[in-house]
Amino acid sequence: MEKTKKKSGNSALTARRVFSYIILAILTVLCLFSFYILIVNATRAHSQISKGFSALPGSYALRNFQNLMSDANLPVFRGLLNSLIVAGCSAALSVYFSALTAYAIHCYDFKGKNIAFTFILMIMTVPTQVTALGFINLMDKFHMMDTFWPLIIPSVAAPAVFFFMKQYMDSALPIEIVEAARIDGSNEFGTFNKIVLPIMKPAFAVQAIFTFVTSWNNYFTPALILKKNNLKTLPILIAQLRSADFLKFDMGKVYMMILLSILPVVIVYLCLSKYIIQGVALGSVKG
Amino acid sequence: MTKKKSCVSYTKWGYVFLLPFFLVYTIFNLIPLVQTFYYSFFENYRSGLTTIGPNFVGFSNFVNIVSKFNLLKFAGNTFIMWVIGFIPQIIISLLLAAWFTDLNLKLKGQRFFKTVIYLPNLIMASAFSMLFFTIFADGGPVNEILMGVGILDTPFRFFSSVGGTRGLVGLMNFLMWFGNTTILLMAGMMGIDPSLFEAAEVDGAKPMQIFRFITMPLLKPILVYVVITSLIGGIQMFDVPQILTAGDGSPNGSTKTLIMFLNEHLFSKNYGMAGALSVILFIITAILSICVYYALTKQND
Repeated sequence: MEKTKKKSGNSALTARRVFSYIILAILTVLCLFSFYILIVNATRAHSQISKGFSALPGSYALRNFQNLMSDANLPVFRGLLNSLIVAGCSAALSVYFSALTAYAIHCYDFKGKNIAFTFILMIMTVPTQVTALGFINLMDKFHMMDTFWPLIIPSVAAPAVFFFMKQYMDSALPIEIVEAARIDGSNEFGTFNKIVLPIMKPAFAVQAIFTFVTSWNNYFTPALILKKNNLKTLPILIAQLRSADFLKFDMGKVYMMILLSILPVVIVYLCLSKYIIQGVALGSVKG
Repeated sequence: MTKKKSCVSYTKWGYVFLLPFFLVYTIFNLIPLVQTFYYSFFENYRSGLTTIGPNFVGFSNFVNIVSKFNLLKFAGNTFIMWVIGFIPQIIISLLLAAWFTDLNLKLKGQRFFKTVIYLPNLIMASAFSMLFFTIFADGGPVNEILMGVGILDTPFRFFSSVGGTRGLVGLMNFLMWFGNTTILLMAGMMGIDPSLFEAAEVDGAKPMQIFRFITMPLLKPILVYVVITSLIGGIQMFDVPQILTAGDGSPNGSTKTLIMFLNEHLFSKNYGMAGALSVILFIITAILSICVYYALTKQND
């Protein structure tokens, strides 16, 4: 950056500070710009949108929402519900069973434990797409096409969530607590549910949000599994909207649809951003 | 892993608690993976209403996918769009992470900025692409604004231009991932012993020198991790170009990625081709993952 002489150290610092604020401001605008247009146009009527851009929101939000909900070709309300069911169940299964798996590795000593641990770490980076071919054929044989099961059950085996839980247990779950519970006569499964789970609450919250969001946003696998209109999740409906004859659409409705798909996640994020960002850092690589 | 903990020997329960994970993984991931490998050696596709195959053809699917199906073109597209997004991403993320962790700089509003830059990562990629498609359309708000302030005379047709569409995919990838990378790099920078910075400052090192000679070398393992995991993510690039171009990778297939190509074969039920492509992607990802593993274990030594 700029050259600093010893005497002008202070002003150089100020200059650096100003420069970083300018860059941060530009990035903020870049990040929020498209969402700003989204909010403005979701609240304006189609005729207003086609006349030109306005910097201020309109008052047409409710009408756009009603039009969207009453669209017979695009079951948006069902889509919201479907996305909610799939993402909710995935998040619940994923955090519970990942914690259980991590608990098995963390707390017990058994033959093959290290192999199991290494195996889970190894499969962490295998993309779901490379197994998709075998996956859809197998689901077809199980008669699970056009059901939510293929999207929900695999969440039981989530290596990344497992890894986070394991890290968290290493720092927050001393083995003495488990031993004390045993002396009190608690059985192993009871100990996990009654003693370990409450300790894991913060980790659960963060990972539940991440798993929920990942599932909510997922497009590739659901698009291969769900073909019936009333089972489709939001990303599939958006793809459908995109490939339909776009010019004939009521643009107010299109913007409203986009807004509806991202709003739930944005609201949760804004309420819990502090914990989510901490979670990102925690889940990252550490020795 | 080598450290022995004072574990209780309730061996049976260890296996019981591991069971759900391994059972589900085997059924829903491992068997499909093996099957995918198996399919890659068979000719099996639909031609009109008839199904051809499955006939065992050895490695000819792998040969055909490169020679007849232009695999390298789609690999090139994917790589170019990844690079367009990744270069600004790594530069900006390094800058921001250095600023956020710089104790002299004392930037205010850090929580606000972190919240904002991480936001696009959580947005549904398909909705985000649909949004970009509408606002960058020929008659969309961006063109209206650019014409309104006099930068353009006629609308710039983003989706008819190779550079325009690829640029938008890159821009979206950048926006979606630079916040995440910043947070990862910050975690790495905060792990550096602060006395190193203090010592350098006492010796009169300038901020740029501290960054180059202290921060960067110590950050190298995490940088390698970021580059390679981003590349693994880049190989999986799908939602953004798929929605942006309605699946056809327009203009002229210049934005069709590897996974879009895979998706096409899955829908048209060309299982031999889809299998061969999956195997290739699996192998590339595995090699990259091994690199990540070595980068991280080196850090421990």
